Amino acid sequence: MTDRTEQFGAREGNEGIVRCDACPVLCRIRPGRAGACHRYANEDGRLIRTDPLVLLHQAVEEGTPLVPFLDAAEDWAGGVTPAPQVFVTAIGAGTTYPDYKPAPFIVSQAHRGVDTVTVVTEGIFSYCGLKVKIDTDRHLGPECAPVLHEGEQIGHVTTAEYGSQMLSLGGVRHLTGGSKREGQVTCAAMLALCRKQAIEVTIPGGSRVTLQAGAAPIVNGVTETRMRVGCGSAAVGIFAQQWQGHVDEVVVVDDHITGVLTEHQAGRCLNMRPSGLRVRGRRSTPGRYFQVAHPGTGWGGTDVTDPLTLIESIDPKLAWPGMRVLMTSTTGEDSLWLELDEALRPVVAPMPEAVAKTVARIGENCEPALTSILFMAGAGGSLRAGVTDNPILLTRGVQAGEVRVTMGGAPCTLWPGGGITIMADVLAIPDNAFGHVPTPALVAPIEFTLRAELYAALGGHVDQAIALETLLAHHAEAAVNAPWPRGNPWPDAPSGPMGA
Amino acid sequence: MNDWPAPRRAMLPDGRLHLQDGPIDLVIGIEGLRPAVLQAREAAAAALTGLLPALALELPLLRMPLLGRMPGFRHPVARRMAEAAWPHRATFITPMAAVAGAVAEHVLAAIAAVPGVQLAHVNNGGDIALHLSPVSTLRVGLVEGPQAGVPDGLAVIRGRDEVRGIATSGWRGRSFSRGIADAVTVLAARAPEADAAATIIANAVDADHPAISRAPAESLDPDSDLRDLAVTTHVGDLPRDVVTEALDHGEACAERLLARGLVLGVCLRLKGQVRLLGAADALAAMDRAAALR
Repeated sequence: MTDRTEQFGAREGNEGIVRCDACPVLCRIRPGRAGACHRYANEDGRLIRTDPLVLLHQAVEEGTPLVPFLDAAEDWAGGVTPAPQVFVTAIGAGTTYPDYKPAPFIVSQAHRGVDTVTVVTEGIFSYCGLKVKIDTDRHLGPECAPVLHEGEQIGHVTTAEYGSQMLSLGGVRHLTGGSKREGQVTCAAMLALCRKQAIEVTIPGGSRVTLQAGAAPIVNGVTETRMRVGCGSAAVGIFAQQWQGHVDEVVVVDDHITGVLTEHQAGRCLNMRPSGLRVRGRRSTPGRYFQVAHPGTGWGGTDVTDPLTLIESIDPKLAWPGMRVLMTSTTGEDSLWLELDEALRPVVAPMPEAVAKTVARIGENCEPALTSILFMAGAGGSLRAGVTDNPILLTRGVQAGEVRVTMGGAPCTLWPGGGITIMADVLAIPDNAFGHVPTPALVAPIEFTLRAELYAALGGHVDQAIALETLLAHHAEAAVNAPWPRGNPWPDAPSGPMGA
Repeated sequence: MNDWPAPRRAMLPDGRLHLQDGPIDLVIGIEGLRPAVLQAREAAAAALTGLLPALALELPLLRMPLLGRMPGFRHPVARRMAEAAWPHRATFITPMAAVAGAVAEHVLAAIAAVPGVQLAHVNNGGDIALHLSPVSTLRVGLVEGPQAGVPDGLAVIRGRDEVRGIATSGWRGRSFSRGIADAVTVLAARAPEADAAATIIANAVDADHPAISRAPAESLDPDSDLRDLAVTTHVGDLPRDVVTEALDHGEACAERLLARGLVLGVCLRLKGQVRLLGAADALAAMDRAAALR
C-alpha cells in the first residue's frame, strides 16, 4: 500500500503514530493498527487506505504484436511480454475534501519517451447533467416539457436532433435548487443512468420512456427498434429510383417533413406523372409537407394510425383509376398499398413483392434505435486545487490542449470557452465508476494527464508524484484490473497545444 | 472545521439503506407505507449529517471517565451517551461506552418520527436501535463473533416487548474489551443503555490464564478512553473451568444489571458455552437456537 500519510494525515511524535484527518474523529493510529473506521490504517508509520483502485491496462505498444485484451488481463499477475501499459483511473482513488490537499494519486509514468504525469482524483460534481439522445421519431413530449421520475422533475425535453429526440437531465437546479426530494430523486436517476442502468421517465403531454445507455428506448411500453432512415423528404430522395416503374405515387409519412414523390423534386427529375394526390399539412416546397398531423407515437412520429386520413384530396383531373399508391413511414415499420378504384377512391390492396422489397430496404437502412447518454460536468472548481497550487494554470492548460482530461480513462470532449466543462459517453466509462454524496451531487473519476515538465510549470504537486511502478508495486494486488475498453484512445499526454 | 464531507449514502441490494461517516457505519431497515419509507430514508440521512463533527467537538470530555458529577454536554447525543453510561460509574466507564447505541438511537428517532413507518432498525456495527409498532415482530440473527458469517442464534423481538435496543460487545469487536467474552448480547429498553451494559458485562466476563494476552489500551490506540487499562488482545485455548469461572463473573454482573432494571435480557458466549438471562420471551428463540447447536 502506498504511503498516503501526506494526503490524509500527518505524522506525530516519534513512535510512528499517524494522525488521520479523513474525518473529524482525527484518529491517531499506531503502526500496525487501524483507525476507528477500519478504512485507514498505519503500516510501518505510513497511513494507508485499502479501497481497491481500478487500473486499466493496455497490451499495445507500437510495432509489437497485439496481445488479446482478455488474455492480457488473465496474465496480468504473472506479467506478460510485451509489458502492458497501465493507466490508473480515479475510480476508487477517493477524494480529498475540502480539496486543498493534493489529489489522492499523482502518478508519473514514462510513456513513449515522454515523462508523463497523471493526476487521479474522484471529483464531486455539483454541476453535472446528462444529455440524452433517443433515436426515435416518436413524439416523446413538447420541447421544454418537464421530464419526471418518481414524481419529481429531473430535466426537460430539449431541441430535437436529426432522427433523435433529446432530453436534458439533472443539473444543479434540480440537484440542489429545488426541494430536497427533487434533488435526491434527480441524483438517484442520474446515478442509475451513469451506471448504465435503466430508469423510466414520464413527460406530461408526451410519453412514458424507459432510458438506458446503449439500449433501445422503450416508449409507452413498446421497444423502439429503428432510427428513421431520414425525414420523409430525404426518404423520397433516397428511394425514388427504386420505386420508379413499380408505383405511381409514394407518400412517406413523417412528423417533420412528409414527402410526396411525384410532386417532389426527385419525382420530377424522373419525369413521373403528377398523381393529383394532396396530403394534409402546410406545404413547404413542392412535395414536402410540414405538420401533416399532430406529433405522436403512430406512423413516422405522428399521431396517425390510419394513413388514409392524411389524404386531403385526390384531383380527378390528374388521378386515374388503377393508380398505385405506396404509403410508408420513415422506418418502413408501417406501410400500406393502395389502388384507386373507378371512382378514384383509394382501396387497400396486397402490396406487390417488388414494392415490399423497397419498404424492407427502408428498414435495412435504418440504424438500430439507441439511447445514448453523455455525462456533462464542470471540473473547473475546487478539485483543481488538488492538482496544482495555481488552479487557473490547469484550466488554461486544459483549454490549450496541453492537458488531457479523461474520466475513468474515457475520452472527454471539452466545451470551448471558460472553465473545464467536459462531456463523456457514459458507456465509455468503466462500470460502477460513479457514486454520489448526499449533497446531493455525483462523484465521478477524473484524470488529468500531461507532460511532467508542464506539470511542474503549472505549479503541480510534483513532490507528491509517485512512479507508476511504485504505485503498481503497492496497489496492484488490491486494485481491480480491468481490460482497456476497446473504443477508448490511450490517454497520452498531449505533445503540444491543440492543432499544433 | 465545518467543511467535512457529508455522510456517504448507498442502497444495499436488499433495500436497506447504508450510511457511513468516519467510524459510523449504519445499516438501516425501514418498513411501512412507501412514501413514509422514502421520507424516513431522507430523515435518517439528515439526522446523521453533521452529527460526527458535532460529537468530535466534545470528544475530549466524552473520553473522560464518569465520576461524581454529570458533565455538561452540549449535543443531545453526547448527553444520551453520558446518561446511558451514568448508572455504571461505580466501575470505570466513559460515555464512549454508549456512542454506537446513542448514534443509532438518534438516527432511529428521526426515522420513527415519520408517520407511516411501522418497523425500523438502525444497526451501527452491532448496536441496534429498534422501532416497532405493537403488531410488528423483528427477528435478529446473532453470530458468535465477527469471523462467523452465519447467524447461530436468533432473538425475536415482538412489538409488545419492551426491548428497543440490542448491543453486542466482545474482545474481537470494534472497540476494546477488558474481558474475554466472545460476545455479550444485551437486550434493553433503549440502544445506548444496551450498548453501555454490553460493554460492562463483557468486561466482567474474565478470568486469569496464561493463554490470555492483554496490553494497555494506550499502547494500541493513543487516544483510547481506557487509557492504561489492560485490554484483551488474544484469547487462546482455555480449560473448561476457566471458561465457566469467567462466565460466572459475567453472569453475576448481568444479574445485578437485570435486578436494577437496566437490561431486559443477556446472552453470554465464551468458547462455545452460552448463558441466557432474562427476557424470557425474546430469548426463548435464542435458547432453541443454542440447543440446536
